[in-house]
Amino acid sequence: MNNNVILEVNKIFKSYPMSGGRKLSVLEDINFQIREGEIVSILGPTGAGKSSLIRILAGLAKPSEGEVLYHGVPLEKTSPNIAMVFQSFAIFPWLTVVENVEIGLKAKGTPNDTAREKAIRVIDMVGLDGFEEAYPRELSGGMRQRVGLARALAVEPEILFMDEPFSALDVLTADNLRNEVIDLWLEKKMPIKSIILITHNIEEAVFLSDRAIIMRHNPGRIRADIQISLPHVRNKDSKEFKFLIDEIYSILTRPAKEVPFLLKRERYQFIPHAKIGAISGLLELIHDKGGNVDIPVLADDLSMEVDDIFPLTEAAAFLEFGEIKQGDILLTERGKVFAEADALKKKEIFREMALSNIQLIKQIVQVLSTSAKHRMSEDFFIEILENYFTEEEAWNQLETAIDWGRYAELFAYDYDAGEIYLE
Amino acid sequence: MFRIPFPIPRLGPGFRIVDIGVILSVLSILYLIVFIASGWSGDIGSIEIDLSPSNLPYYALNSIFRIIVAYILSLIFAIWYGYTANKSRLNEQIMIPLLDILQSIPVLSFLPGVTLFMIALFPGSRIGLEISSIILIFTGQVWNIAFSYYNSINTLPKELGEVANIYRLSRFQRFARLELPFSAIGLVWNSMMSVAGGWFFLMACEMFILKDKDFRLPGLGSYIHTAADKGDISHVFYGLGTMVIIIIVLDIFMWRPLVAWTQKFRFDITAGEEERESLVLDLIRRSTVLEKIFNNLTRLSEKMDRLLEIEWKGSSWLRHLFKTIVQIFIIIILIWLLVKAAFFLSGLKIDALPSILKSTGFSLLRTTAAIILAAIWTIPLGVLIGMNIRAARILQPLIQIVASIPATALFPVIILILIRIGGGLDIGSIFLMLLGTQWYILFNVIAGASSIPQELREASKVYGLHGIRKWRVLILPGIFPYLITGFITATGGAWNATIVSEYVTFAGMTLTTPGLGSSISIATASGNFRMLLANTVAMAIAVVAINRLLWKRLFIMAQEKYRLE
Repeated sequence: MNNNVILEVNKIFKSYPMSGGRKLSVLEDINFQIREGEIVSILGPTGAGKSSLIRILAGLAKPSEGEVLYHGVPLEKTSPNIAMVFQSFAIFPWLTVVENVEIGLKAKGTPNDTAREKAIRVIDMVGLDGFEEAYPRELSGGMRQRVGLARALAVEPEILFMDEPFSALDVLTADNLRNEVIDLWLEKKMPIKSIILITHNIEEAVFLSDRAIIMRHNPGRIRADIQISLPHVRNKDSKEFKFLIDEIYSILTRPAKEVPFLLKRERYQFIPHAKIGAISGLLELIHDKGGNVDIPVLADDLSMEVDDIFPLTEAAAFLEFGEIKQGDILLTERGKVFAEADALKKKEIFREMALSNIQLIKQIVQVLSTSAKHRMSEDFFIEILENYFTEEEAWNQLETAIDWGRYAELFAYDYDAGEIYLE
Repeated sequence: MFRIPFPIPRLGPGFRIVDIGVILSVLSILYLIVFIASGWSGDIGSIEIDLSPSNLPYYALNSIFRIIVAYILSLIFAIWYGYTANKSRLNEQIMIPLLDILQSIPVLSFLPGVTLFMIALFPGSRIGLEISSIILIFTGQVWNIAFSYYNSINTLPKELGEVANIYRLSRFQRFARLELPFSAIGLVWNSMMSVAGGWFFLMACEMFILKDKDFRLPGLGSYIHTAADKGDISHVFYGLGTMVIIIIVLDIFMWRPLVAWTQKFRFDITAGEEERESLVLDLIRRSTVLEKIFNNLTRLSEKMDRLLEIEWKGSSWLRHLFKTIVQIFIIIILIWLLVKAAFFLSGLKIDALPSILKSTGFSLLRTTAAIILAAIWTIPLGVLIGMNIRAARILQPLIQIVASIPATALFPVIILILIRIGGGLDIGSIFLMLLGTQWYILFNVIAGASSIPQELREASKVYGLHGIRKWRVLILPGIFPYLITGFITATGGAWNATIVSEYVTFAGMTLTTPGLGSSISIATASGNFRMLLANTVAMAIAVVAINRLLWKRLFIMAQEKYRLE
C-alpha cells in the first residue's frame, strides 16, 4: 500500500430543505481520505446517509457544504474514471449482457470492435462466458449483479463504488460473489486503485475491506475509522476476525443508551423501527439463553444483519428491557419479568415502559386525552414530526408509535379516517 | 415460446424465402405511396365519391395512408413533447396542464382553423385539404401518446438514471438506450388506442361542411358518409366491411408483432405474465435482409450520436440563453393567444351564455348516462371473462373484433333503426356515445378481474363468500383501480364523441339534439367561430373539471387503498 491520496473528502455537509424553511441534516462534518490500494467500507445503520455520501463521492449529487477533491481537483460531476455497482443491479433489461457491459465504453467513444472485444474479456473475467447474448431476464440475481460488475470493470475505472452490491442476493450467492471480487482485486487483473463499499453487513465489511468507516445515524456522522490489517483472503472463523466483528458491533451499539437523553432537548427522540412481535421474541430468546448474549452471535443465530437486529436491540434498550454493553445485550430485571409474563401481563408491562420512555407515545396520549372528542387526525402528529424528520421518516415514526401504542392498548387507530383515538 | 412449425429454406448464402416477401412488401408499399401521392395535385372541386364497390380499395388506401402519416407525426410530436416537458420544472408546469386541456378539445374544434389556413396556403388544390385532414386526425391521436411518454420518463427508476450519469451516456444514448426502451410498451398500447381513435373520427375528418361549404376527400370515411347521406345502407355495409378487414389486417401485421416485440422492454424482470406471440414477428425475425438493414440502422444511429455530440458541446451559457429566449417567447405567445381569445369571446352576446350552460348540462347528463349504461353491462361481463379462463379464451378475440369496429361507421345503421322505432336523437345519442366508449371500461374490467390474486379467490371460496358479499369484499375492491382508469378514458371519449353523436346527417336529413357537441358541429358548419370557441372552452372546462374533481381523487384513493400486491 502506498500513500497516494486519490479522493479527499473535506467537511461535507448535506441537508435537504423541509417545510417551514427548516433543514433536515443527513450528513454532518464528514472528513476522510481514500488512498491508492485500499478497499474502504462505509458501514452504518439505515438512515446514516450512506447512500447520500456515496452519491456525493461519485459526483452524482452535490454536497450542501464542503468539497470532494479527486486528485486534488474539486469533483464537479461524474468522471470517466469512476464506476459504480448498484444495489438493484440497474442493468437494462432490453439490452443483452454484452450490450449492457459495452454501454460505458460506447459512451466514451470506444470504436465498436474494441468495445466488443473488451466487453467479452470482462464478461469472461466475472465468469459469465457463454451468456454474452443472453438477456438479463434469463439470468439469476447473482448473475445479474455480475453483469453490473462487468459493466463497471469494462470502463477500467480508477475508483469502483459499490452501493450495497450484495444485499439483494441470497446468503450463498452473496458469499460467492464477495470471494470473487476479492480474488479479482488480489490478482490485480483490473486497473482499479481503490474500492469504496457501502454496506450494513459487518461481516462483509470485515471480510472485504482494509478500512472501515463507521457512521452513526440521524444525522449521519463518522463515528470511527478503523484499519483492518488482516491479510486477505480472511478466515471468517479466526479469532481476529471475530474480535473485529465484536469490536465494530460494540462501536455501532454504544450510543444506543445515550440517544434518548442526548436528544431530548434539541431533537425529537428517534424510535427504532421494530415490530412488537419481534421485540418480544428477541427478549424471550435472550432470556432462554441465560439473559446475556453476544449480539454478533445472536445475529448469526438468527441470520440477521445489522439493519434487522439493530432496531430490536435498540428498542429493547429504549424500553429499559435490556442493556447493551460492548456488543452484548443483557436483560434487565424488568426484561426478565416481561419475558416470563403471559400475554396480558406483557401488555401491562409494555404499557408502563412505553409511557415512561417513548416521547412520541407520551405526547399522543396527552393530546388525545386533552382533546374534546379524544380523537385526532394522524396529520396533526405528522406535522409535528416533520419539524424533526423527513416526511418518510415522520410516517415511519408515527407508524411504529401506533403499532406500539395499539399493542399497549393506550390508543386505537382508524385507518380509513386516518385518526388516532382513545378507546 | 411459439415456434414456426416448418423450416424456412435458405435460397443461397444469407437469404431466405421470407426475404423475398419482405422485399416485395417494401416495394409494393413504396409504389402505393407514390400512387396515392400522385392524386394529391388535383383540385378540390373535382372530387366526387363514387359508391361502386370497385373503388373501395383506392379509398381504403387513401384512408390508411392518412391515418398512418398522422400517426407517425403524432409519435414524433408526442415524444418531443414528453421529452421537453420533462426537461425542466418550468416546462412541466406549463406543458402538462396544457396537455390536459388539449386532450379535452374535440377534433371538430380544430377543424376551421386548420382547414382555412391550409386552403389559404394551397388555394384550390387538394394538397391543402389532405394536409388539414391529416392534421385533424393527428389532433385526435397525439395527446394520449404524449402523456404516456411523459409519464414513462417520469417513472424511470432512479438507479437507471444514475447508471446513465455514472457511465456518462450522451443525451442521444440516454434517449435511445434508456428512455425510449423504457417507455416502449406504454407507447405501443397508446398508439393502438390512438389509431383506433383515428378510425373513429375518420368520417368527420374526411368529409365536412365548413361555413356552408362542402369539403370532401377520397377515402373510406367519406365513402360511408356519402352512402349514409344517400340513405344507401348496403353501401354503408360495404364500407364498413372494408374497414373491419383493414383493422384486422393491421392488427395481424402491425400491432400484434409490435406488442410481441415490445415484451423485450418489460422492466419488471421476473414478471410471470404470459408471453404474447405473433407469427408475423417470428417470420420477420427470420429475414436476413431485415436483419442487415437493422444492423446498418444501428450503426447509423451510433454515427449520428457522435455527430450530435459535437453539436451539443457548444458553449453552455449560449445554449442556456437560447433556451431561456425560446421559453419566454413561447410564454408570450400563449399569453397573447389567451388575450386574443378573451377579446374574441367578449364579442359574444350575453344571451348566448345560458344556452351554452344548458348545452353543457344536457351533454353532461348524456355522457353520464352513457357511462352508467356502459358500466351496467360491462362490469358483470368483464368480471365473468376476467375470472374465468375458459370464457376468456372464447370471448376475448370476439370482443376484440367487435370493439375494433369504429362506432361512427355504425351510426347510420343505428339512426335508421331509431327513425323506424320513432325515437329521437335525445336518447339515441346516448347509445351512439355508448358504442364508442363502453370498450374502455370493458377491457379495463377484464384486466382488473384477471389480476385478482388466485389465493384471494380461493380464500373467498373457502369462507363461502358469494353473491353480493363476494362482490363487495372481493371483486369490486379488486377491480377498482382498473375501473377508475376505464372511467377516466371513457368520460373523455364520451365528451369527444358528443360532436358526432348529437349531430348526425343521414339520408339527406340532419338530426340534432341540444348539447355541447351539436353546438360545436353547428357552429363549424355555419362558420360561427365565436360560438365554436365558446362551446369548445365550455367542453374543455367540463372535462378538465370532472377529471380533477372526481376521477383523479378516486384514482389516488384507488392507488392507496385498493392496490393488490
